[in-house]
Amino acid sequence: MARAVSTRRKLTMTILVWLVALIVFFPILYTIITSLKTEGEAAAGFSMLPSFTFESYAAVLDQQDYFRPFFNSVVISIGSTIVALLIAVPAAWAMAFTPTPKTRDVLMWMLSTKMMPAAGVLVPMYLIFLNTGLLDTLLGLTIILTLVNLPIVVWMLYTYFKEIPVDILEAARMDGATLGKELVYVLLPMAVPGIASTLLLNVILAWNEAFWTLRLSTDDAAPLTAFIASFSSPQGQFLAKLSAASVLAILPILLLGWFSQKQLVRGLTFGAVK
Amino acid sequence: MGSITLEHVNKTFGGHPVIPDVSLEIEDGEFVVFVGPSGCGKSTLLRLIAGLEDTTSGAIKLDGVDVTDKGPAHRGLAMVFQSYALYPHMTVRQNIAFPLKMANIDKAIAEQKVADAARVLNLTDYLDRKPRALSGGQRQRVAIGRAIVRQPKAFLFDEPLSNLDAALRVNMRIEITELHQQLKTTMVYVTHDQVEAMTMANRIVVLNAGRVEQFGTPLELYKSPANRFVAGFIGSPKMNFLEGAAAGKYQAEAIGVRPEHVRISRDAGEWQGKVGVAEHLGSDTFLHVHVDGVGLQTVRTGGENDYHPGEQVWLSPEPGRIYRFDRAGQALR
Repeated sequence: MARAVSTRRKLTMTILVWLVALIVFFPILYTIITSLKTEGEAAAGFSMLPSFTFESYAAVLDQQDYFRPFFNSVVISIGSTIVALLIAVPAAWAMAFTPTPKTRDVLMWMLSTKMMPAAGVLVPMYLIFLNTGLLDTLLGLTIILTLVNLPIVVWMLYTYFKEIPVDILEAARMDGATLGKELVYVLLPMAVPGIASTLLLNVILAWNEAFWTLRLSTDDAAPLTAFIASFSSPQGQFLAKLSAASVLAILPILLLGWFSQKQLVRGLTFGAVK
Repeated sequence: MGSITLEHVNKTFGGHPVIPDVSLEIEDGEFVVFVGPSGCGKSTLLRLIAGLEDTTSGAIKLDGVDVTDKGPAHRGLAMVFQSYALYPHMTVRQNIAFPLKMANIDKAIAEQKVADAARVLNLTDYLDRKPRALSGGQRQRVAIGRAIVRQPKAFLFDEPLSNLDAALRVNMRIEITELHQQLKTTMVYVTHDQVEAMTMANRIVVLNAGRVEQFGTPLELYKSPANRFVAGFIGSPKMNFLEGAAAGKYQAEAIGVRPEHVRISRDAGEWQGKVGVAEHLGSDTFLHVHVDGVGLQTVRTGGENDYHPGEQVWLSPEPGRIYRFDRAGQALR
């Protein structure tokens, strides 16, 4: 009897999970389907059956250079992630292992910068970028993406580091490790799952970031977000082409996420299950 | 060499003094145990010696050299933690070799030292395993191996056996004592278990609320406790305390009698009572007797006795085995 109940329960749960997954995934799925339609089909209304034509992809790649924004996206997302990690690892280490009464406040303050509407600082940021010559440069976009994602990176690393027993770091100190050696030989190897998932998540966030990248780049440094946008504004009605551009833009990060999902899940549940 | 001197060491956490003022002289080669109830500051004191905590004031000297402002890496001490604190991503071999790597010891020499330590600690067959594939006792041995390879001035043990089961704890207790006899290096050992303290130590420091209540050999502490706290803490089962008229008779505010120094009789004695619970240990029996007007008293008798719960009995202290205390709890001699 108990077995029957648990089987039914399992089945219900499975269906429910699939349903939720499908709802979450549906916008991406529909974008892929639309990208495989003709412009006529795409404009005709809701349909899950495309004619499987690649004409929109051919048209998109013909109209615009794909590889330059792709390259820009790679540079700024990976670059900003590396810089953010270089700043966040020592910061999170300090807050996790030598906390002061104000540590919690500092963490909250950093997170609070994410709660502020970005549009509120758009004009001053734009002017700073304009005056310092950072506008439409890869360096400028790398800096802004580092700053935008730094609070999240610090928070994630802080959470992972908190899970590492302080005894082990103290043992390293007793064994004669200096601060640098303690970080390199003990803390970082133990935090690899956490650091890897932070790195992946930050690459994804940086890749998808559109507000700042669209406003602080025009041509030279424009990443894939600008590539999509270029199909939306002047040619708003061409849904199939817009979808094809979107698929091309998200495909690399979708593949990255797919192949690293095990690492991502392991990192995001780090310490939760012993 | 490894003498440790504490001079008026004080430690305050957020305005609250955890160690008000401790001065101690631990001689080279001694096995000293810090014992006391939880929260008495014994681990803090050990961590101050290790350099893992900064002293608020006072001085810590190793072999006469002031190390108060030196970090743990520069004191030349080794520590074994309660949680073992092994590096989970390293093999047993790498764990034991880690202090040698940090000291930039030649690889061939380091390998030899690791092999020697592994042989002494019966770890040779486990050198290529990760800590998670070892039992609790083996992990503790690895932690000890990591401490001995470097030949430190002194070993610090922070409740190293409290995560082990009872049988293993007794074995490890003997192993650590043997190791001390073999190495003849100073060891400072923290525990809340007075049996561990009594069986292992050359000298015991009894701590209470960050203060040293008494510092002496196990038998000194047992035979002449300085105060009521030490008298109650050292000895198992605990010393019986009597106050009021029973103590007044001996010109004291309170008197103490150890359970092994109480005589029991069915016919006559000093205090009358009724047997409550009888704990049979085989070799001994602990009888808990409700004494009229005094309260529960423990009596240690032979393993084979015929006292039953509910029976009326008489208790009397052995002459010359009564400890007398004044109002402040200090021993009256």
